[in-house]
Amino acid sequence: MAIETKGLSLWYGDFQALFDVDLSVREGQITSMIGPSGCGKSTFLRTINRINERHSYVRTEGGVEVFGEDVMAEDVELVQVRKQIGMVFQRPNALPISIRENVLFGLKLHSTKKMSRAKQDDEVEKALRRVLLWDTVKDRLGDVATSLSLEEQQKLCIARLLPMKPRVLLMDEPCSALDPKATSAVEDLIWELRGEYTILIVTHNMAQARRASDECIFMLMGKVIEHTKTEEMFLTPGHQETADYIEGRYG
Amino acid sequence: MSSFQTTDLNQSNRRKESLVRILLGMVTLTLIIPVGIILVTLIAKSEGTFSWAFFSEFPRNSMTEGGIFPALVGTLWLVAVALLASVPFGVAAAIYLSEYAEDTALTRAINLAIINLAGVPSIVHALFGVGAFVLFFEFGTSILAASLTMAVMTLPVVIVATRESLQAVPQPFREACWNMGATRWQTIWRIVLPNSISGILTGVILEVSRTVGETAPIMFTGAALFLPFLPTSVYDQTMAMSLHLYVISTQVPDVPEGLPYGVALTLIAIVMILNSVSIGFRTYLRGKKKW
Repeated sequence: MAIETKGLSLWYGDFQALFDVDLSVREGQITSMIGPSGCGKSTFLRTINRINERHSYVRTEGGVEVFGEDVMAEDVELVQVRKQIGMVFQRPNALPISIRENVLFGLKLHSTKKMSRAKQDDEVEKALRRVLLWDTVKDRLGDVATSLSLEEQQKLCIARLLPMKPRVLLMDEPCSALDPKATSAVEDLIWELRGEYTILIVTHNMAQARRASDECIFMLMGKVIEHTKTEEMFLTPGHQETADYIEGRYG
Repeated sequence: MSSFQTTDLNQSNRRKESLVRILLGMVTLTLIIPVGIILVTLIAKSEGTFSWAFFSEFPRNSMTEGGIFPALVGTLWLVAVALLASVPFGVAAAIYLSEYAEDTALTRAINLAIINLAGVPSIVHALFGVGAFVLFFEFGTSILAASLTMAVMTLPVVIVATRESLQAVPQPFREACWNMGATRWQTIWRIVLPNSISGILTGVILEVSRTVGETAPIMFTGAALFLPFLPTSVYDQTMAMSLHLYVISTQVPDVPEGLPYGVALTLIAIVMILNSVSIGFRTYLRGKKKW
């Protein structure tokens, strides 16, 4: 299993956002998380790379294992956790530096030696090719990344994670700020990355979950209601709540 | 009758509208009157005062003749040393408050202290400067003591301006960095500071222009009425533009009428040039930003 949580609960102050969540996410697959706003999908995502803990009012209980290693253990280095578990956000947050520097940003954070120019060029090209962006931006790598279109920015946000060789990519509604055409382009890209990376993707878009994931998790009020193969969930949901949500009866 | 015709109510509302508009406009216009009068008076009365010698010579004949050279140089010294003291402290404190401090009782107390520090009258700062820097730290009446007094006084400006420009950097940039495993300092150094430097510099320049005109905090701590030589180190006393103006306007008999006006105009010109530089700089850097 790529990600495995056992009895994971989380509180924002007095408010409990996750209740005893047991989940297993398979390696190399795309798992989507669906559920109404505030059901704890994003919270769950942010617990995996422990970014939630930056707020002092957040308290967690239970275990999170990534590739068999306890990421909640005392001796875990948070910088390593975040380096190996990449996160993509709702609104593309390309950094206001050049496209090239965006791709190299993570790499430079985590290397002690200065990389040769050739090696850097190589990393930049590899990452940008992987996200199908190379041909569009290869002649303007020095441009400020925030001048790219949202679709390109979001692809860049994925590309800049790749040189750090993450094994897990967490995506928090990666297409919700994009128009339909861009959404489909980014979805294609995510599908393209399947197999090499374990991808956990939160989405509000039912159609997206359906066409672009192997397994699907339905959450409601901080609890996991159902977790099965995606096609199964959409064809024969095992719970009434799931069926109601999928059919748009609440959300 | 068409349903789109004007009614009595429409017309009375329109009359009120134009009345309010004229009233507010006139009030606003009166604001520039004092500035205009000051400038026009200074320019008219200082006629004939300006020459190369005015800027390059020492005062002569009990300061009734000659130039303002040592006062100009002294003001430069005072401002430079005050900046060296206040900018590192102010920027460091602002970074801590904006990027590190959590919302605790201590942080709130510090913020309150900064606001109150900004409200302390300059004469109180001056007396504090005498007590702290001149006497306690034994710097004597010197550029060092005067500049440190001004630094303490302008620290809130630097802190507030810096903190605001740091806060103006969008939070998602920080989150992107943290989620790639960047520490806070790496995030600040690589992303936050480069994107807030324009605002910080603007704040610094504004601080300078304020410092140039201050009189009270330097008159007991390091500025002298008249010195026949230039300062050579921060432990020397110095003349300064603001104090020089005060002295020749009120303390020295038989000063030719144009002289104080010339000094005042020079002082205002320095402040205005600095402010324009600050505004131009901000406009330039804002144009380069892309988000």
